[in-house]
Amino acid sequence: MTERLFEGADWDFRTLQRITDACEEIALKDLGLDVYPNQIEVITAEQMLDAYSSVGMPLFYKHWSFGKHFAFHEASYRKGLMGLAYEIVINSSPCISYLMEENTATMQTLVIAHAAFGHNHFFKNNYLFKQWTDADGILDYLDFAKNYVASCEERYGRIEVERTLDAAHALMSHGIDRYPGKKKLDLRAEEKRAGRRRQHEEEVFNDLWRTVPKGAAKSRSALSIERRRKLLGLPQENLLYFLEKSAPRLAPWQRELLRIVRHIAQYFYPQSQTKVMNEGTATYVHYRIMTMLHERGRITDGNFLEFLGSHTNVVFQPEFDDPRFSGFNPYALGFAVMQDIERIVTKPEDEDREWFPDIAGRGDVMGVLRDVWANYRDESFIGQFLSPRLMRHFRMFHLHDDPEERAGIRVDAIHDERGFRRVRRELARQHDVGFIDANIEVVDVDLSGDRRLILHHHVIKGSQLNETDAKRVLQHLADLWTYDVSLIEVDANDKVLREYVVSPRPIPAAVA
Amino acid sequence: MHIIDRRLNPGGKSLENRQRFLRRAKSLVQGAVKKTSQERDIKDVLEGGEVTIPLDGMHEPRFRREGGTRDMVLPGNKKFIEGDYLQRSGQGSAKDSGPGEGDSEDAFRFVLSRDEFVDLFLDDLELPDLAKRKIAQTESEGIQRAGYTTSGSPANISVSRTVQLALARRIALRRPRKSEIDELEAEIAACTDEDVRAELLAKLEKLKAKSKRIPFIDPLDIRYRRFETVPRPVAQAVMFCLMDVSGSMSEHMKDLAKRFYMLLYVFLKRRYKHVEIVFIRHTDRAEEVDEQTFFYGPASGGTLVSSALQAMHEIVRERFNPADWNIYAAQASDGDNSYSDGELTGLLLTDKILPVCQFFAYLEVGESGGSAFDLSDSSLWTLYERLRSSGAPLSMRKVSERSEIFPVFHDLFQRRETSQEKAAP
Repeated sequence: MTERLFEGADWDFRTLQRITDACEEIALKDLGLDVYPNQIEVITAEQMLDAYSSVGMPLFYKHWSFGKHFAFHEASYRKGLMGLAYEIVINSSPCISYLMEENTATMQTLVIAHAAFGHNHFFKNNYLFKQWTDADGILDYLDFAKNYVASCEERYGRIEVERTLDAAHALMSHGIDRYPGKKKLDLRAEEKRAGRRRQHEEEVFNDLWRTVPKGAAKSRSALSIERRRKLLGLPQENLLYFLEKSAPRLAPWQRELLRIVRHIAQYFYPQSQTKVMNEGTATYVHYRIMTMLHERGRITDGNFLEFLGSHTNVVFQPEFDDPRFSGFNPYALGFAVMQDIERIVTKPEDEDREWFPDIAGRGDVMGVLRDVWANYRDESFIGQFLSPRLMRHFRMFHLHDDPEERAGIRVDAIHDERGFRRVRRELARQHDVGFIDANIEVVDVDLSGDRRLILHHHVIKGSQLNETDAKRVLQHLADLWTYDVSLIEVDANDKVLREYVVSPRPIPAAVA
Repeated sequence: MHIIDRRLNPGGKSLENRQRFLRRAKSLVQGAVKKTSQERDIKDVLEGGEVTIPLDGMHEPRFRREGGTRDMVLPGNKKFIEGDYLQRSGQGSAKDSGPGEGDSEDAFRFVLSRDEFVDLFLDDLELPDLAKRKIAQTESEGIQRAGYTTSGSPANISVSRTVQLALARRIALRRPRKSEIDELEAEIAACTDEDVRAELLAKLEKLKAKSKRIPFIDPLDIRYRRFETVPRPVAQAVMFCLMDVSGSMSEHMKDLAKRFYMLLYVFLKRRYKHVEIVFIRHTDRAEEVDEQTFFYGPASGGTLVSSALQAMHEIVRERFNPADWNIYAAQASDGDNSYSDGELTGLLLTDKILPVCQFFAYLEVGESGGSAFDLSDSSLWTLYERLRSSGAPLSMRKVSERSEIFPVFHDLFQRRETSQEKAAP
């Protein structure tokens, strides 16, 4: 009565179409997912490597660091150290999923279910992505960025552009607005605006203005410290934004480059906050879809077993004393929590009723999950939904490592009644991007003096910056600012722990 | 829903980025290439391949936090209870397997293509050109056949190609053969029946019309020979490789010499479009040999260095006019020469060889370890040293280990400020 989607491992484009249709039916009707239109592209291993090195994007501006990553990935791929991901999926509308041609038919089904429906739904519905990304505009914007960078290289020289981009990349992780501000990102308008700005500059350019004598500067004292800081928008934690707006000597095209890097960093910001959820969602969705396809006889037992093999590998969580251990596997953790939510919603036990009174026994699994997917990020997701049962399952424990402590590393909490909440809180904290990244902000500019830029790093738990790296990043920062930059590391009591002062390198006379 | 096959899209999107990376990492990669090529068989140098470069040199800095107190939640607790202490060092401590902070990518292997490899390998080398370098770079135009074209001057019509095409066209259009028409005419002449005759006549008309419509040669068929101008260098380079294969040369020494020549060979092939290489090996008599024999042929005997120089001199006179050719010579020897030959060698060099040579490199090979080697200068070395001090374009180096080959080579052919050198006394 039901026809199989495919036999064996081979596939062709008609098979892919059948697979996609079958997955779509389940995704939309049975799971009630809401997705962007899908675009599925079949690529080779080499193209997959290409995509890897440009952070997965189909088009990107040229920069040596992508070449470096390509070489690195390629070398480890050739040596067999690294398998390629089965898929890459792009948060855009249409949502683009890359499939590798080497995959078997079962793997293609898995990947389509995982990427084209799981990730896709997550991208479209999670509040962070809604707030921070513009799926409709991103591809056009990247295209614009690529052309813009290329045209700058033509006009101002490759080395100049590279210098600016290097600096911007070094500050990229501090080029993000963490709190939703004025408006949602609209990349298409952004692109148009950049074009207009350029055009305007060209139109109004008149060399005579250069000769107009500048008026006397406002007296320094007139600008109170408070007002000055307000004018500069201080304190400001988005360093790229600050430089773009306030660095005194940047050329307009340099500001635009900073802006491009900043927009791209912002675009990827939600992804870094939702790794566990995003992968968990995709894994949960592919698991459900594959199981249903099997139940309905669309794929054979053999195919299903093959799928289970891959699935098990993906959600494998090595224990801490396993040589393969490298932190929590987001696929494993995310998938486990979502399956656990399914259990709590359908077959709750007393413990679950106590811990999760809102959802225990509610019955509507997909309703609850869709709500979770839409409204949480990793930190709040773990903080809210990691159940005692799962902590026992993973045998989680919390270590506290204080270098001052002679006795060693203390086991602070384990998976017992006393420890559940503490373990959960700590694990949630580990997934909080705001907590992971160094908290650095521009606090002041000494405008009346030597225009030194002053930054603070608020040290948490005694964890200071790596000195070598910090100096190099500050060098980039100083080069853009073109005056001295000082970074002060202060602890919670405003005690100064360390201070860096970096002077800009002289700008080399325009070299070809 | 779209499913798109992108496999046919050109791959290698990263090529440009890769080149940028290479440019940027040039000095690092260059160092790595040199290191690699010392360890490797020189023949393999031509194949390109993997080099290891330190990632640190290409590090992209970020603000990173480190140290301080750390908290971590780990899976897989088997025996710990709250309040336990784990030892910091030693096996089984959790710190070793703590969350992967600070990726350790201190070095990585980078696969270079053959061209990239050799380019970087030879990047800062050049043949010391004292006089003719400028000429060598200007090229004159030469003319070369380059297929056929449909237009051109009548003088260039290619008859055979034209007829060939005409024939093909006529076969394709089923042109009537002359013999067919003849046959038909004969048939008509022989025919008595009026009806048949009329029919045959009609057929003949048709064939004749057709043979008019399908001409023997159509303008369509005509082809002209095409010529293309190609740059031809006015001056070329020739390198004489002179190797001593006498009995006093041990296998190790020959190996060193051959490595040196291979390097030279790679280098010349790379730098000059038109480079000739003449291989001369000598014992007490010299012979010009091909590459294969030079590198792999067995030979042994006494030593007469002058024989090789004499041979070179004759070859130059016959085939390489010094006005047109940049002439280089590289000689490898253990420095032994028969006592009576010294004077002749000196004369040949000063009178015949050095005046026509741009550059003469002398490589003295010694035994591995080579302590005795440093003690006293060999007879050749002494002779050459004397010539060099009187201002001859002669460079000399000693090598006793494989790993020294490249540095010495590099030393000999390092790009130098020619003008300065000339100015120096």
